[in-house]
Amino acid sequence: MGEFVLTIHQLNKTFFTDENRTQALSGINLQVKDNEIITIIGPSGCGKSTLLKIVAGLDLDYDGIVLVGGSQVESPGRDKGFIFQEHRLFPWLTVEKNIAADLDLKDPEVRAKVDRVIELVKLKGFEKSYPKQLSGGMSQRVAIARALIRNPKILLLDEPFGALDAFTRSHLQESLLDIWKENQTTMLLVTHDIDEAIFLANRIVVMDARPGKIKGIIPVELHHPRNRAGVAFMEMRKEVLKVLEYAEETSNSWEI
Amino acid sequence: MSIMEKSRPFPATLPTHKLKSPIIKKESKWRNTLIGIVLPLVILLIWQTLSGLKIISPILFPSPVSIAKEFYDMFLTGELLTHLNISVQRAALGFLLGGSLGLLIGLIVGLKKRAEHIMDPSLQMLRTVPHLAITPLFILWFGFGEVSKVLLIALGAFFPLYVNTFLGVRSVDGKLFDVAKVLEFNRFHQITKLIIPSALPNILLGLRLSLGVAWLGLVVAELMGSSEGIGYMIQDARQFSRTSAVFVGIIIFAVVGKLVDSVVRLLEERLLRWRDSYQG
Ligand SMILES: Nc1ncnc2c1ncn2[C@@H]1O[C@H](COP(=O)(O)OP(=O)(O)OP(=O)(O)O)[C@@H](O)[C@H]1O
Ligand SMILES: [Mg+2]
Repeated sequence: MGEFVLTIHQLNKTFFTDENRTQALSGINLQVKDNEIITIIGPSGCGKSTLLKIVAGLDLDYDGIVLVGGSQVESPGRDKGFIFQEHRLFPWLTVEKNIAADLDLKDPEVRAKVDRVIELVKLKGFEKSYPKQLSGGMSQRVAIARALIRNPKILLLDEPFGALDAFTRSHLQESLLDIWKENQTTMLLVTHDIDEAIFLANRIVVMDARPGKIKGIIPVELHHPRNRAGVAFMEMRKEVLKVLEYAEETSNSWEI
Repeated sequence: MSIMEKSRPFPATLPTHKLKSPIIKKESKWRNTLIGIVLPLVILLIWQTLSGLKIISPILFPSPVSIAKEFYDMFLTGELLTHLNISVQRAALGFLLGGSLGLLIGLIVGLKKRAEHIMDPSLQMLRTVPHLAITPLFILWFGFGEVSKVLLIALGAFFPLYVNTFLGVRSVDGKLFDVAKVLEFNRFHQITKLIIPSALPNILLGLRLSLGVAWLGLVVAELMGSSEGIGYMIQDARQFSRTSAVFVGIIIFAVVGKLVDSVVRLLEERLLRWRDSYQG
């Protein structure tokens, strides 16, 4: 198991509310190799966010095994970078201070790292801006920089571009790939967008709802840069749709 | 939020934080100040005319000019500054004592549920007791001296900072707490980097209110009996029917109060630059 950055084995998660119990995840198995980008796609409520929170250590109440870098996840931490759907920057800090957060910017080592990562996410010139002065896409890049500077073993992204317009979104997808190439970051990214899932992934995890489980894992062997309008991409889309629709059909019949 | 800029293409090299020209801003600031002066000026003019024409009693309503003259005389004799000095010292001491305690206890009660259960009910009860009701007790306990005055002011200054600090700490965005967890902030950083900055707007509001109450408490404390201070000066002038001196005292209270408030607002402007709220 040691060679995997992330290992999930027989993960089950049930939410108990006053009268209800919701099986959010059932029998999840997944192994993620170093430098891999895994995208997770599936109908709303299938437990994608729940899965990501468990890997991040934000939710510790589950059955099964979750290992990051070979050891059991016991708490949230810098080794598991988390990008939320909203940027969640500290509004009272400038871009560079947001990235440094609890690290001391006066430390030359931290300073150098911050400068490097600002360059990586292409925000040079905005170091001293406040979050309110940034666009949605820029803010999300600051959030990514804030996670990257802590050298995470894995970067967890929960619909990071979901709130952005299509133009900014596709630009940020490209930025993310640039970062990935330069920084060799392993990523687990949740999305609603099939094209996004294909564009970024080494493998696509398709999930199914009620109970949330993995319906299929589709490897994507297209070369980068991927052409969204290309024939191979279209084929890929059909394949993903097939698995997804199958998933949705069964989930619907489940409801009835 | 960032909606206005959302559809902007890729980052232009121009940093966005200097869009408004500082010259235009300064001009309109001056204009706003001028607009604020118009109303008092008109009132003064009417007052001066009515008083000059003896339509209103010059004894009860001495004309602005004679008040200004009184002001100048009292300034020259040094009477004014001596009293003002004493009053400011009292208010500052009381405010520092009450305000810092309010801030500290507000933080503790906000951070620790346990502390809230222990202290908040009693404090909330105390809060509703009016100043004037406590004054006799303080006089019995501490006499007419400085101690009871300063404590009375401190008591008033305590609550606004306490209540608002507490409120500020409790209204920190839970989503940002998750971020602090993911970034592994220790308790110290959680407080200094997340809770205090986030509570700062409330704390500053508490500060302003506290200063206001301290200044009000000063009047109560000095009117209840003293031999120095602006409050005493007013009381003394009343006994000798020097109405214009009473007005001078009132004006001093108003001007210093406003001055202090402006300083805090300036502080607010500087410390809360990051805020993205409606500016009017
Ligand atoms: N705190 C909670 N308490 C109870 N049930 C919850 C809680 N969080 C999530 N659930 C339930 O768990 C299931 C999975 O939720 P989750 O948020 O992981 O879905 P998702 O796949 O991220 O959906 P979406 O695509 O809409 O974001 C849902 O049925 C939801 O109702
Ligand atoms: Mg979700």
